[in-house]
Amino acid sequence: MKFTPEHEALRQTWKTLIDREVNPNVDEWEKAGQFPAHELFKKMGNAGLLGVDKPVQFGGSGLDFSYAMICSESLGQVNGGSIPMATGVQISMATPALARYGSDELRQEFLAPAISGDYVACLGVSETGAGSDVASIKTTANRVGGDWVINGGKMWTTNGAQADWMCLLANTGEGPAHKNKSLIVVPMKTKGITIAKKLDKLGMRASDTVQTFFDNVKVPVRHTIGQPGSGFIYQMQQFQEERLWAGAGTLMGCDRIINATIDYTRERKVFGRPLLDNQVIHFRLAELKSEVEALRSLVYRACEDYLAGTDVTMLASMAKLKAGRLRREVSDACLQYWGGAGYLWDSPVARSFRDGRLGSIGGGADEVMLQIISKLMGTLPRLGNR
Amino acid sequence: MQFTQEHDEIRRTLRAIIDKDINPHVDQWEEDGIFPAHEVFKKLGDAGLLGINKPAEYGGMGLDYSYAMVMAEELGHINCGSVPMAIGVQTDMATPALARYGSDALRKEFLAPSIAGDYVACLGVSEVGAGSDVASIKTTARKVGGDWVINGGKMWTTNGTQADWMCLLAGTGEGPAHKNKSLICLPMKTKGVQIVKKLDKLGMRSSDTAQIFFDEVKVPVRNLIGQEGMGFVYQMQQFQEERLWGAISSVVGMGRLIDQTIEYTRERKVFGRPLLDNQVIHFKLAELSTEVELVRSLCYRACEEYLDGTDVTMLASMAKLKAGRMVRLVTDGCLQYWGGAGYLWDNPVARAYRDSRLASIGGGADEVMLQIISKLMGTLPRLENR
Repeated sequence: MKFTPEHEALRQTWKTLIDREVNPNVDEWEKAGQFPAHELFKKMGNAGLLGVDKPVQFGGSGLDFSYAMICSESLGQVNGGSIPMATGVQISMATPALARYGSDELRQEFLAPAISGDYVACLGVSETGAGSDVASIKTTANRVGGDWVINGGKMWTTNGAQADWMCLLANTGEGPAHKNKSLIVVPMKTKGITIAKKLDKLGMRASDTVQTFFDNVKVPVRHTIGQPGSGFIYQMQQFQEERLWAGAGTLMGCDRIINATIDYTRERKVFGRPLLDNQVIHFRLAELKSEVEALRSLVYRACEDYLAGTDVTMLASMAKLKAGRLRREVSDACLQYWGGAGYLWDSPVARSFRDGRLGSIGGGADEVMLQIISKLMGTLPRLGNR
Repeated sequence: MQFTQEHDEIRRTLRAIIDKDINPHVDQWEEDGIFPAHEVFKKLGDAGLLGINKPAEYGGMGLDYSYAMVMAEELGHINCGSVPMAIGVQTDMATPALARYGSDALRKEFLAPSIAGDYVACLGVSEVGAGSDVASIKTTARKVGGDWVINGGKMWTTNGTQADWMCLLAGTGEGPAHKNKSLICLPMKTKGVQIVKKLDKLGMRSSDTAQIFFDEVKVPVRNLIGQEGMGFVYQMQQFQEERLWGAISSVVGMGRLIDQTIEYTRERKVFGRPLLDNQVIHFKLAELSTEVELVRSLCYRACEEYLDGTDVTMLASMAKLKAGRMVRLVTDGCLQYWGGAGYLWDNPVARAYRDSRLASIGGGADEVMLQIISKLMGTLPRLENR
């Protein structure tokens, strides 16, 4: 993977924005249990950061996916997982299908303001009974006249309390599970939408995650993204990028925690010498750094293959799996060397420990990745034998 | 890293030789405790494979390092670790310094026939008291008239009983450890060179590993590679390639072992269904495949950066470390699912289990890699604090 000065400039823009607008405020947002998405996204939108790989026609920069990957990697510099996750939903989870398949009218109405940072987007796929197992969703949209009438509910919706619109996956017909669903743009102010509660989570405390209910919610049929019945397929395509995003997103967070641990253990003296001088500590940190570089290499390689037109479902799933595993390992190992200081709620390593735990669950659990990899290796048993 | 048709051509050429001239004989060579290096190398030399990135003037192909890396990767198709290791010594460990710094006369005398496959080379660095810790070697070469007079001994010398010449590292002066050593081409038939014994090893059974003594061995002063006193520096440069070689050469072997384990567990029925249908098995194999791709990605990235002229000591050391760790995990993990069959001496997984254990020891132990990485991370304590 060859990076250009444009990639470097993008990294620099992110770093400046994060240092100035994000990191000084994260502690407060964590305490508040929410960050001001509109305010922050507007700043990102003004800097051109929310649409790097989106069409120029709607305010994007029209660049290739490697630039989106740089966005994800750069966001790892944020001191906490909530803001990178919320931004990731906006950039690479709720909007790729709309950008690719939406009508011009729909893109003008919802994509353009999401790229400029005026609208906050959320993704409505998971439900109480269907998360990684997308095919089992129960929410329905029935066509009545010129409207979809939506009933059901969504769960685990990131940005849900603040979002202006949701990219909703709903059942819109009969037939096999992968042909009966559609993606629909639902304005969150529509009558019949109840935001039931903001969920109280182990980590990702500055991110608002909600449960929503839909009771005869009406939106125009023209809000359908692409073809009715193709929602499942679009969502699956969206997943390749989402997984690469997740793989890239963990890299600088791991770097940040390892570096903070080096700084801390260099200053902290035990038995008359810096903690870091213990071989068991600096060797362990070297081992973790090696794992991070291995993951970085895999992510870059998958991105390069993806740009060359190869199907990277296997490599992207491997990257997502390893990212989930590694973030937990790094946070746990580093926390140990901080001792009591690492056990304090507001220490960066404790936050990473809490926030990082979601990596192996969200966006397809580790076990779903293993299932996909097994399937592509040809080792997954037929359904009857599982 | 994008590969070309030329890369594929090298893979094909090597595969043909492996399938026809190597794999059918490996079992016999393992039993014999040695393989016919001259015979095998001649075939590789005739195909041009022993000098892929060596100067065309001496019979090499003059290609860049990525082609040599592709060859190292493809060597993983050989049904043992011994023969790949012996070839690696010839192409990537004993000859890079000579190719880079040797005089024309010296390269004509030793490099050209090594590329042609007429000469077998070995590397004389490790000693009884100095392996990974190269600076501590005790062998000396003192200048007497027009000769070097060499005394001391080398240990762990791969190809040692069959080699025509050795790339020898010896102390040739006073002063600091990194400025008092030289690399010298030493013909193994020289009077005073005594091959004491062929070592009896846990694995790598078809590779001859020797202990060698030097008693007043005389070679002409012109056999010096490059500048006097630069041996340590040259050797350190040579290590970058050796480490990348060590890492990439493990990748295909791991992949093959996983494939063989899939085949075996698909056929083997336990409690009425294929062993492979156990989720604990196919998930574990998916996880191991993920780790293999991480090693491969790290090697490709290091290679790419190496070609760009970046110092890749850090990435190469990480790749070597990770490869050593992984071959042990993969061979051990797979052996388990073969049950008693995997415990049989001649079973491929048992051989891989024995052979691969060396990877974390040879060419710089895991702990040396950790030390180098720590040093480059700036976390290695000053000597008195270790």
